Amino acid sequence: MTRIAVVSAGLSVPSSTRLLADRIAAVTAEALEEAEVEVVELRPLAHALADHLVTGFPTGELAEAIETVRRADGLIVVTPVFAASYSGLFKTFFDVLEDGLLDGKPVLVAATAGTARHSLVLEHALRPLFAHLHAVVVPTGVFASTDDFGDVGLDRRIERAAGELAALVGKVDPSARRARTVDDEFAEPTPFEELLRRAADG
Amino acid sequence: MQFGIFTVGDVTPDPTTGRTPSEHERIKSTVAIARKAEEVGLDVVAVGEHHNPPFIASAPTTTLAYIGAQTERIILSTATTLITTTDPVLIAENYAKLQHLTDGRVDLMMGRGNTGPVYPWFGKDIREGINLAIENYALLHRLWREDVVDWEGRFRTPLQGFTSTPRPLDGVPPFVWHGSIRSPEIAEQAAYYGDGFFSNHIFWPASHTAQMVDLYRRRFEHYGHGSADQAIVGLGGQVFMRRNSQDAVREFRPYFDNAPVYGHGPSLEEFTAQTPLTVGSPQEVVERTLGFREYVGDYQRQLFLMDHAGLPLKTVLEQLDLLGEILPDLRAGFAEGRPDHVPDAPTHASLVEARERVSA
Repeated sequence: MTRIAVVSAGLSVPSSTRLLADRIAAVTAEALEEAEVEVVELRPLAHALADHLVTGFPTGELAEAIETVRRADGLIVVTPVFAASYSGLFKTFFDVLEDGLLDGKPVLVAATAGTARHSLVLEHALRPLFAHLHAVVVPTGVFASTDDFGDVGLDRRIERAAGELAALVGKVDPSARRARTVDDEFAEPTPFEELLRRAADG
Repeated sequence: MQFGIFTVGDVTPDPTTGRTPSEHERIKSTVAIARKAEEVGLDVVAVGEHHNPPFIASAPTTTLAYIGAQTERIILSTATTLITTTDPVLIAENYAKLQHLTDGRVDLMMGRGNTGPVYPWFGKDIREGINLAIENYALLHRLWREDVVDWEGRFRTPLQGFTSTPRPLDGVPPFVWHGSIRSPEIAEQAAYYGDGFFSNHIFWPASHTAQMVDLYRRRFEHYGHGSADQAIVGLGGQVFMRRNSQDAVREFRPYFDNAPVYGHGPSLEEFTAQTPLTVGSPQEVVERTLGFREYVGDYQRQLFLMDHAGLPLKTVLEQLDLLGEILPDLRAGFAEGRPDHVPDAPTHASLVEARERVSA
């Protein structure tokens, strides 16, 4: 079963960010035929995220949310636009992920805003962030301003992006996932002779 | 089982009075605390190493030598020695000298340090942190074991025909622990050499400490130093005690809330539940501490952080009196059910004896 994790950073209830996230997730699940979709809402994790910044470790539901993202085969990430970029809460979640956790993971980026003037946020903020995290971002991003919720064009973009994500999930060459995480080291430690060799070779 | 204290030497304002001790006061307090630790029956005092304010923790061997001169019995250790940015030749010399001066009351804990700019200040690159820890320790290990060393590596100038002096006391190098919060490579390093592994323990959930110690034990056995349950494990701990549990919580809360490392984050209650921090009665501290065995197995050294976050000297000394009072219960509790084949932490005397057994 393919696992899709949805990370939604909307703050209000109901949230247009979550609404967009759910629509993208539903179309992606349909395109994959068999998929398990798990949603990570960041609003209830706000306190735990702030604590993580201070203490350096995740607790409770935040630890579970990170685990959900870790084991997902593909990600759908959706943020509201705040001050011309992703929201601080959205960024904080990705700030606290361990190095290597998103390596080679297919990601569909999406954002909501009050006006279409923010539509390039996907290109100037979200793509560079996920490129830095070594994720594989699908070519079509989904941006929805308030007006778009009354426009058929949004459905077409969702279908196209979801189709691209579905096509990528499970197909990224595993060699793209190069970085070893701390958990990999626990499961299968790098032998000390190898660590010595790396220290000597640089 | 050894019990002791470790300090990082932070100069922090007392949040209840706003008063910041001078560096001089804090340095002298460190000595007073170490003397008190010996007086109440503790086995180990370990000092940190930092090279930036607000710490007074530079020149650790100076501090330890001075403490050594004013104490009789307590083991002098570090928490931690910066193996990344300190020249291993200087570490070899300084701690061998300290061994001689204190008749072998010395061991060390290696660490990488956590202040970014310390690396460039000492001409190193933080991205090489793990590699520095590995190469520098490999050299230190040889300097204490081989009289004449020829050596070439990436991080310091080569050595030809170099003898580190003084030679270790009785030809036995100080025992070394490797400390780490979150780097499996360091547990692997400790296991490879058959050295001790110290888990900081106090900043992270117990499940994480259990994972690190388990890795170290597995690999200790893999490298042929003994069975996994014979590996040498140390843990950090953090306590604040008053006879009445509520009094402890009330008094410690402002120090917790403003503490440099985790202050202004989770509540005292949350952090107490998530980490080994125990704030309460002496009996509560005994029970919680004895519980650490449940997830790391029988272990060898328990160090407590007692003098941080702006706690005044008078309070720290009172805390040490309370720690001294529960020490017999802790010793008895840890002895209970401990298998005979689980060793104690190595000391200079036990290492000398082990060497003589081998050569006999």
